[in-house]
Amino acid sequence: MTRRFDTGFAPHIPARASVASVMRQVLYALIPGVLAHCWYFGPGVLLQILLASLFAVGLEAAMLRLRRRPVLQGLQDFSALVTAVLFALCLPPLAPWWIALTGMFFAIVIAKHLYGGLGHNVFNPAMVGYVVVLICFPQSMTQWLPAAAPGSWSVGLWDSIASVLSGGPPATLQWDAISQATPLDTLRTGVNSGMTVDEIRAAPVFGDFGGLGWEWIANWYALGGLWLLWRRIISWQVPVTMIGSVVLLGLLAYFADPGSNPSPMQHVFSGALVLGAFFIATDPVSGCASNRGRLVFGAGVGILTLVIRRWGGYPDGVAFAVLMMNMAAPLIDRYTVPRCYGK
Amino acid sequence: MRLPAREQAELAGQRLYHFHGGLRLRHNKEVSCRSPLRRSRLPPRLYVPLLQHAGEPASALVVPGQLVLKGEAIARFEQPVAGFLHAPTSGSIAAIARHAISHPSGQEGLAVIIRPDGRDQWCALQPVVDWQTAEPITLRQKIGEAGIVGLGGAVFPTSAKLSDAHDKTIHTLIINGAECEPWISCDEMLMREQAARVIAGAAILQRATEARQTLIAIEDQMGEAGERLQAALDAFQANSRHDGRNASGQEQIRMVKVTTIYPEGGERQLIQVLTGLEVPAGQRPTDLGLLCQNVATAAAVADAILEGKPLVERVVTITGSGVHQPANLLALLGTPISDLIEQCGGYRQDAARLLLGGPMMGYALSSDANPMIKAANCVLVLNHADIAAEHPELPCIRCGECARVCPSILLPQQLQWDIRNGLLADASAHGLDACIECGCCDFVCPSQIPLTQWFRFGKAQWQQQLQEQSAATLARQRFEARELRLAAADQQRQQKLAQKRQSLKERRSRQPGDET
Repeated sequence: MTRRFDTGFAPHIPARASVASVMRQVLYALIPGVLAHCWYFGPGVLLQILLASLFAVGLEAAMLRLRRRPVLQGLQDFSALVTAVLFALCLPPLAPWWIALTGMFFAIVIAKHLYGGLGHNVFNPAMVGYVVVLICFPQSMTQWLPAAAPGSWSVGLWDSIASVLSGGPPATLQWDAISQATPLDTLRTGVNSGMTVDEIRAAPVFGDFGGLGWEWIANWYALGGLWLLWRRIISWQVPVTMIGSVVLLGLLAYFADPGSNPSPMQHVFSGALVLGAFFIATDPVSGCASNRGRLVFGAGVGILTLVIRRWGGYPDGVAFAVLMMNMAAPLIDRYTVPRCYGK
Repeated sequence: MRLPAREQAELAGQRLYHFHGGLRLRHNKEVSCRSPLRRSRLPPRLYVPLLQHAGEPASALVVPGQLVLKGEAIARFEQPVAGFLHAPTSGSIAAIARHAISHPSGQEGLAVIIRPDGRDQWCALQPVVDWQTAEPITLRQKIGEAGIVGLGGAVFPTSAKLSDAHDKTIHTLIINGAECEPWISCDEMLMREQAARVIAGAAILQRATEARQTLIAIEDQMGEAGERLQAALDAFQANSRHDGRNASGQEQIRMVKVTTIYPEGGERQLIQVLTGLEVPAGQRPTDLGLLCQNVATAAAVADAILEGKPLVERVVTITGSGVHQPANLLALLGTPISDLIEQCGGYRQDAARLLLGGPMMGYALSSDANPMIKAANCVLVLNHADIAAEHPELPCIRCGECARVCPSILLPQQLQWDIRNGLLADASAHGLDACIECGCCDFVCPSQIPLTQWFRFGKAQWQQQLQEQSAATLARQRFEARELRLAAADQQRQQKLAQKRQSLKERRSRQPGDET
């Protein structure tokens, strides 16, 4: 007569969201930017993504196994893939394969799993990997190709594969002949040698308001980022304060000395700023938890990026700025606990 | 410009505000609203738990074999205020024995088991003859005698709440018809089918608290219930004007429609929507001059005052994907849930979980032998597909969704972290006590962390730690006082000894002189 039931705790209807779906949506949002990247820099980008993903998944599986965690379940959350893709997008298209391997080793093994795995990493793994290879392989990391429309790429698919696998320049070519400094690099060298920004901007690497090609890639990243905002995967605080602080500070610097400071537009549309604002600084694990904290975090990344670009030793500063703010995140969180109901 | 809290509270309902977070859930209410409200049949046995309100269990006033009439007091409780449990029907007392009692803990407890005689005969009832002119205190006493408790779920004795409200001179009575949890439709059906009772109860409650105005808050999606309630309200007001009895301010009853968003029916959330104010931590709505009562409580009050009937039955929603014919029943307290389910076509094949309350805040019962209690607004049967988690639990990725939906503006991820690591003082500093356990954070967590469960655990642990701390402090104070006392006594003794020695010495030095 009486029927017995298993019990459980409220709420009794489970969450339908999952970490995997969050990560998958981040990957989808990157698609337009990645395609734009390919459009201007050739198939090398896809090669880098493929390589980094393979290494990331392999290392993730190995680490999960070592740590006696369910391997398949761990891989299904797609977090390693997101790290790999974000990392690969920062590499020059023809970077040799060991760069991806080194980067992914530091990202997945050191920055992620040695700190406790998913959800426990203090630093953004992709940026740790990137900064390590930037410091270890400075030569390879500056060998960017000039932006060009499809068909006029200087290096084709097969040459790219050969180059990535061998580590040397494509057959019959020299690095000097095909590689080109990035717009930010050009700007930096130019300013350091006493040229005005207007003079520097006459160089062919510059486009309408940022770097040639780069500005359009940034737009497509922004489009993906807006989609993430609309899907509420990321919150507006970090992108807005990060780009906002760069624009504001850049504007001040530009008005103060237009000769040695580029316009804020130049800052926003070159390098990794837009990618960073929507996809990297918004990493929840290594960022701030509260909305007020996120405002501070985003502004911090923006300001530090500008400071590094202007006075630091590297042309772009997004990665370093993100890592520094990662360090500050727990402290910011401590001082930005929201006032709870009734207090 | 911001008004002082109490003054702003007086403007309740004049415009609507928002509370933080919340969820728009699929409410699934229509399935149980298709058939009209009907009375449940008399079961072969009624099991009336002695513990079905906040506080200690009641003590039985009857013995096995005794005959009782419907509405006769069968048990009396003292905490938090004195009150009674009443026989839900006429018959004989079969036993007072341990039985399943629909308690959240899942434990058994004493229940008065009644064998109905089938006549369902009321005892002598004493309505309050002319409530419009009755003293508020008389009304409150009568409500207390009728065993009425908050039927929205808190089951706190209504008379105690009313006295508190009267002591603090409230200005606004809020009748809460914003039944926000999915599946539950008992309040909606009550307002639809017995609107006049609800309105009468609201008017009586207003007189009992001497509030200046009454707001009946319903959800904007309750179309028909809203219309019927408005019609009943208009009729009531026309009537009282006709009688020339609007001195007690019944003109001031208004209906307010609020947006459907979970957990809007929470007392503190509803107050925020109606006034824009948060009830300060450690205070009660009455401190702002507000009192909330559920619509079902209002209906029960109407029965108690107009007909003298104590609380022996309530509307309960029997629903869920695991029930064949969901419906709302007017069921006697003590009716076994199995009996109610049977009257609704029985279980579907894949019925997997039996809940008392809604899917967000209700609790699971281990068997359908559990009886109807005053707090039971809904019996929900979910199937496997409803309750099955699609993903395993993963570590928190700090995405912040939980903080976005939290109506108490907490950082659930931070609280969870504190509690997991035993940092209960930190959790408390982060506002653990403000958590209303609505389950919104659980519902959006991509890592499937049972956050609410952690918070319940953390609260219990923190309470225990506080008790231990205060016990330790007390023990230390006692010990210190004892040491001080002993030291003082010792010192006194030493002083006396010294005095004695001194006087002895003096005497000795005098004595030889005396002898010479």
